[in-house]
Parts: sequence; C-alpha cells; structure tokens
Amino acid sequence: MDRFLFLTFDGLSRGAVYAAFALALVLIWRAARIVNFAQGAMAVATVYAGYSVANATGSYWLGFVVAIAGGLLLGAIVERVVMRFVDHSSPLNGVVVALGLVLIIQGVLGMIYGNEFRPAPAPFSRDAFEVGGVALLSRYDLFVFAAVGAVVVLLTLLFTRTATGLRMRAAAFAPDVSRLLGVSVGGMLTLGWALAAAAGSLAGLLVIPTELGLHPNAMDLLFISAFTAAVLGGLDSPLGAVLGGLLVGLLLAYVSGYLGATVAPMAVLFLLVVVLLSRPDGLFARTRARPA
Amino acid sequence: MTGRHESHGASVGGRTTSALLEIDGVTAGYGAAPVLRDVTLAVRPGQIVAVLGANGAGKTTLLRTISGLLPVSAGRIVFDGLDLRGVKVERMVRHGMAHVPEGRGVVTELTVDENLRLGGLWRKPRTALDGIYDLFPALAERRAHLGHQLSGGERQMLAIGRALAAQPRLLLLDEPSLGLAPKVVAQILGLLRDLRDRTGLAVLLVEQNVRSALSVADEGVVLSLGRVVSRDRAGTLAGDADLRHAYLGF
Repeated sequence: MDRFLFLTFDGLSRGAVYAAFALALVLIWRAARIVNFAQGAMAVATVYAGYSVANATGSYWLGFVVAIAGGLLLGAIVERVVMRFVDHSSPLNGVVVALGLVLIIQGVLGMIYGNEFRPAPAPFSRDAFEVGGVALLSRYDLFVFAAVGAVVVLLTLLFTRTATGLRMRAAAFAPDVSRLLGVSVGGMLTLGWALAAAAGSLAGLLVIPTELGLHPNAMDLLFISAFTAAVLGGLDSPLGAVLGGLLVGLLLAYVSGYLGATVAPMAVLFLLVVVLLSRPDGLFARTRARPA
Repeated sequence: MTGRHESHGASVGGRTTSALLEIDGVTAGYGAAPVLRDVTLAVRPGQIVAVLGANGAGKTTLLRTISGLLPVSAGRIVFDGLDLRGVKVERMVRHGMAHVPEGRGVVTELTVDENLRLGGLWRKPRTALDGIYDLFPALAERRAHLGHQLSGGERQMLAIGRALAAQPRLLLLDEPSLGLAPKVVAQILGLLRDLRDRTGLAVLLVEQNVRSALSVADEGVVLSLGRVVSRDRAGTLAGDADLRHAYLGF
C-alpha cells in the first residue's frame, strides 16, 4: 500500500510535467493545426540558455525567467520566420519542417554545449518528506505542482476571461471570419506559438533536473509521453491534455514501479498505439472535431 | 469632405451626396482568371444597393474583393475617401465597413454572447451589447448557447448583430435570405430598412432572392458573368421585364 501511494504521488508529479508539455502541443494544434514535433528541442534550447544565465549569475530564478522569456521569443520566431511559410495543403509539410527544426536545434546545441550531459541542479530539495512513515512528496514535487497549476490557471483565465483569449479562440476556429471582425489572425497565431513554447520551456525546466541533466536530446522521451498525453486528451482539448498528462504520468509510475523502469518507454508507445487505433479523437471526445 | 467625389455624386432629393463606397473599373478574381471585369458602382450613405445576378455572376467575389479577402488586379476601390489598395482585411472594420460573409460565418464553437462581443471588441470603449440584444430579442434568450445550437434564422441574426456591434457605416451582406423561411427574410430586410432610415447605415446587399432584395433596396446593380449589365433605381429594375427575363429569371 505504501509503495502504491508513493508511486501514485510520483506519477502525479511526472504527470504534471507531461500535462504542461501536452498543453503546449494542444495550444499549437488548436491555433495552427500542426503537431509541433520541434517542441522538445525548442524547450531544451531555452533551458540551456536558462542554466547558462543561472551559472553565470548564481541565481536559479534569473535563469528560470530567462528560459521562460526565451521560450516566448523562440516560439514567436519559429512561427514568424518558419511555420508561417509552410504550405498547409498537406498536413505532413508542417511535420517535416518541425522535424527539420529538431535536427537544426539539436545540432546547434551540440556545437555550442557539446553532446554530453551537463548538470542541471534543482532549485529545491528532491528528498521526500515522510508523511505517516511514508516518503511521499519532496519540496521539488510541490514546486512542480505549483508551477504547472499556475500555468493551467493563467491559461484558463486568458482564454475564458480576456478579450485577447476570445480573439485567439476565434482566430483558431474561424480565421477568415475573425479577420473580417478586425482580429489580427497572424498576431494571434504568433502569440499562441509564443505561449506554447513558454509552457514547453517550463516543462523542460521542471523535468530536466529530475533526469540525467542537460543534453540536446534531453526531452525526446518526454516528448513521446506528452504527445501520448495530448492524443489521449484529444489534441483539441486543454483540459484533456492536463488529464491525459496526469494519466500517462500515473501509468508510467506504476509500470516502472511494478514491472521495471526499462519497460516504461515501451508502455508509453504501446498506449499511444492503442489510443490511436481505438479512440483517435481522444478519451474525452464527445463530438467529432472540426476537420482541419 | 473635400468634394473630390463630385464626379461620382448623385442627386438625391435635389442635393448632391458623395459616395461612401466607390468601385471604379475593378477587375478581380482567383488567380489568373478574373471573375469580375471592369465593375463600377457606388453606394452612398443611407442607401441600400442590391447586387443581383445568377449563380456564378460574381456577387460573392465582389464582396470578398471589397473587404480585401481577394486582391484587385485593376481599377480601384475607395471607401470614404480612402483608397483601399493595400489595406489589410482586419483593418476594414476600423474604417467603418462590416462584412457578413456567405454562410453567415457565426463562429459555431463560441457562444452567442462571445460572437457578439467579438464584433465590438476593437472599439474603445467596447460596444455595449444591450442595443444589439434589443434588436434581436431571440438572441438575448440564447446568449449562453453555442453557435452550432442555433437555428438558421438565429445564426443570420447573430451574424448581422455581430456586424452591427462594430458600429459600421457600410454593411456588406452576402445572401442573408439563404435557407431561411420567408417570414424571417422579411424580418431581416425590414430591419435593414429600419437601420438605414434611423442611423443612415449604407448596405451593399447581395441576393438571389431578387423580389425581396428590390423591395427594400434603393438601387440595384445586375451582374452577369462578372460584368455590370445594368444599374438603376430598384423600382425601375423591378419593372424592366426584358432585364428580368434575361438576367434575373422571373
């Protein structure tokens, strides 16, 4: 029972990170109908920048802000300079361009920082406190929950309570009509990419200290888990992405806890295949999504 | 007004009023093949102009060209003294032009209230929606419903209400009667006439339903294969049997 509880909390903590990253994928899918396969590489690039600043200044938090701001900027640049010019007549075009971006970003990171793992210290202790004799949560886990919770709340407020959020939703659902109503659809698209990339950077900041450290490929596995989470949630649904993230996190924790950590990556791929075959619109889909 | 539109001015009630929208020798379309050829027409403030013609005559293309969704390859479009060449689609509404597209363009994933808010979002201060709900009481009852839950008539009212929330001086209206019951069509056209009389709103109305359109319009323009074949007072067009048979099918 203790082990089950421990694995549950571990799974929720991992799941929160997947949720943040899946949310980033969903934001871009909703706005641009592209699965941003470059999301992981973009996030790693900004986390490198963040740790460079943290190492130079001695302040993790300054590095944290730089990584998030870098995410906003990189997202906007990728949309303005690259994705805007992708021909959307075939959905594969965006995917191929994104994969090209992955190669470029990972290559450049390798040239600058080297292809070895670099230490990425966590800002809080990762030692779990004991609750009733069971070690359940660390300070770092609490930080992860707080950071992801803040992103979910802020994005929800943005989309449901503000004029900009209304414009972003309208631009995603009906671009031509929105332009006729005075919405700068291109601007909303850039903003969507910027916010998504910043959420991806946050996920990177949260996950990298819990694994082997900084590496150009550091987010490849996380990408697969988060993509599975987003598909599980239905790609179109931010709430689905969050729930999907938590579910995938729990599944991975139980699988690595009971069956062994080496099975976990296979379990994610297995889940992805099962979902794509049985519920391609996601677990929570009620109506069919508008055709892309 | 500097009087630079005098050449296009027309006599209304013994007074010369300059045009709000002038379309001068416009050729436009998709790619290399023009749909509109050398189209010239004008809409004055407080005037309803009906654009008539068979399917494929270029009526929708004309509206899409005016609001900038399609490029002009020759000629010019002037709105309230401003040459619209190079003006972005999303800026048009700020100049006072609102376009209700064919198929109504309600954002079906948003609620009635969100659709209406979207119309007046760019205004500072934002348009209060009470006036719009007063015009369309049916929408007020359904303000929390999603667009796809509305009937065809309600969607048309929502699309027009949303355009009015931008407080335009010119309304471009594409086939408002499409798929609607005659009673609803009469209600919508009556509203247009009312708005014209009360607020001086100008309307460029594209319609297949020729009789209804001419009953409310001041002027009619008949398009055939992308060219203007006739421009006249609505009453005159309605009474011109040859023209009706040749181009309008009744």
